[in-house]
Amino acid sequence: MTQSESPIVDAANLRPEPSDLEIDREQWLHMYEQMCKIRSFEENANELYLSRKMPGLTHLYIGEEAVAVGVCEALRKDDYITSTHRGHGHCVAKGAKLDRMFAELLGKEAGYCRGKGGSMHIADQETGNLGANAIVGGSAGIATGAGLSIKMRGSDQVAVCFFGDGAMGQGLFYESANMAQLWKLPVIYVCENNQYGEYTKNSEAAAGTYLGRAQAFGMLSVEVDGQDIRDVYSTMRRLVARARRGGGPAFLLCNTYRFLGHHVGDVNREYYRSKAEEEEWRTARDPMQLLAGWLVEQGLAEKAIFAQIEQEVSNEVSVAVDFALNAPYPAVEEVDQHVFA
Amino acid sequence: MSSPKSTQSPTQFSERQLTFGEAIKEAIAEEMRRDKRVFIIGEDVAEAGTPFKVLLGLVDEFGTERVIDSPISEAGIAGLGVGAAITGMRPIVDIMFGDFTTLTMDQMVNQAAKTHYMSGGKLKVPLVLRTTMGATRRSAAQHSQSLHAWLSHIPGLKVAVPATPYDAKGLWKTAIRDDNPIAIFEDKMMYTLKGSVPEGEYTIPFGVADIKREGTDITLVGTSSMVHIALEAADALAELGISAEVVDPRTTVPLDKQALVDSAKKTSRAIIIDEGYEQYGATAEIASVIADGAFYYLDAPVKRMGAMNVPIPFSPVLEDVTVPTAAQVIELAKDLCGKR
Repeated sequence: MTQSESPIVDAANLRPEPSDLEIDREQWLHMYEQMCKIRSFEENANELYLSRKMPGLTHLYIGEEAVAVGVCEALRKDDYITSTHRGHGHCVAKGAKLDRMFAELLGKEAGYCRGKGGSMHIADQETGNLGANAIVGGSAGIATGAGLSIKMRGSDQVAVCFFGDGAMGQGLFYESANMAQLWKLPVIYVCENNQYGEYTKNSEAAAGTYLGRAQAFGMLSVEVDGQDIRDVYSTMRRLVARARRGGGPAFLLCNTYRFLGHHVGDVNREYYRSKAEEEEWRTARDPMQLLAGWLVEQGLAEKAIFAQIEQEVSNEVSVAVDFALNAPYPAVEEVDQHVFA
Repeated sequence: MSSPKSTQSPTQFSERQLTFGEAIKEAIAEEMRRDKRVFIIGEDVAEAGTPFKVLLGLVDEFGTERVIDSPISEAGIAGLGVGAAITGMRPIVDIMFGDFTTLTMDQMVNQAAKTHYMSGGKLKVPLVLRTTMGATRRSAAQHSQSLHAWLSHIPGLKVAVPATPYDAKGLWKTAIRDDNPIAIFEDKMMYTLKGSVPEGEYTIPFGVADIKREGTDITLVGTSSMVHIALEAADALAELGISAEVVDPRTTVPLDKQALVDSAKKTSRAIIIDEGYEQYGATAEIASVIADGAFYYLDAPVKRMGAMNVPIPFSPVLEDVTVPTAAQVIELAKDLCGKR
């Protein structure tokens, strides 16, 4: 489903934030590093799967890094996010530690959930991550409830609900968005439109437009290029500022692309999308290359710095993987602990 | 499960009579006064006080910020409840009819019930889902079911099925203070039922059955309104020389297995009466607990009486035969006791 014909409504409501212009080189490089961490994390997760060191499957975020990082860089540590089955990127972007994430992927006691959650359920209260959700669209209510809680407690936090275009087929989103708009809750619904719900193109799954659906509630709805972190971040900054000052919820549609399959086992994909299409996104629409290219073009960074960042991240990730591989499993006696609080 | 000694309701010690509905409202109001984090959200809970008028007046004291009328969006409000609970509030989500809990199932089963476990014990969901059960109100198939067994099936959820005003108040107060997701099923035919509720503060722990009547020949386990069916049957059986003990588990999760087994060991016979559908119902779970724990003491097979395995019909002559009656309990008890 293309969104280009949809008007971007209410853009006038988005007051420019003067500080947008003051983003410095260090912050952009930090964002590059965060994207790099996510990609490296995912490449290593894939490797753990292929080498049969990781139980089960996992859903990789490669290609969509600008969305998670652009959104989370606009948040405070005490802001909330809810995440999805494709959630490692959100988790890293919100500040989680890679070693404990890998440990969770391997079902180890040192994992964020003591190995009880796994790849699709990492939650980290410390960084405001209320948990990844393996029910598509399942966290729309939770994020909105966090928004209600924020309002009732008189806090100025913001709750962000990450979900994919596939979740737009679930009714819960519409019930939740309706209440958020009705009660002006500080919730930002971030739709990561990676264009495929599992193995089905979104044009085969969605009538009308995604923006139009959110607009039907009278909700501020904005579409951005999800591969361009500058677009995601600067727009998100405005939406967050608006929500903090009581302006209510917003819907942010980020057009992006899943470079790899629905999950690590989805290797032969030509029956639902062409290699040429994938190649085009990988070469021309890579969010890391786009940011690096722009920084070089602006004279804000030299090419060598990116290789250096990548090397540093690679080292950090290796240490994290080793930590997880060597970490102990939980004691079997833990199986019936934490059923009840 | 460890089982504290079952406690008798001190009904005889209190002169104050409240209806089942009044006791519930009093519990919620007391807890809302006690803890600012408690709020209630649901369809027509504020000025309307729900269709059953149980919450009437709460909004006057606590305002629409804490007694929140929601759109007709059961899944949505259950989800909002989970999110609010995880982030520091203590919501009560009001689902008008138990039949509508089906719309909340993903939020209750996949979200509320699993969040604490999946997060390795970090996140807590102090949520109470308030809903109804019970047939014979001529409300037909989608407003009459007793679906407490559905939620009782899911690890991570606690479920209460109070039978008296006294129990309802005490269990409600405990539920609101508990850090786990809990569902409370109220039989809508009991809202006007009166009973003793003492003045002052008390709570009733989950997982502690109440012996509603002591006896020696047969155990009648009843839940919710079926406790009263069991008591009515016990009165009649007494006249026939059969001494029936009536045990009310009060909560299906956690279940006071010890009290059930102890009673069956004492009487050697048991009938389980519950208004949920009989197939795969709460009666099956309770019967298996007794069969397992009291096997060598039993003189007869453990029998179950649930709602008939049919969608609840509208026509009164049809609806009435779907629910266990005292007459049926009496006949079955006579059979089991060899009194014909």
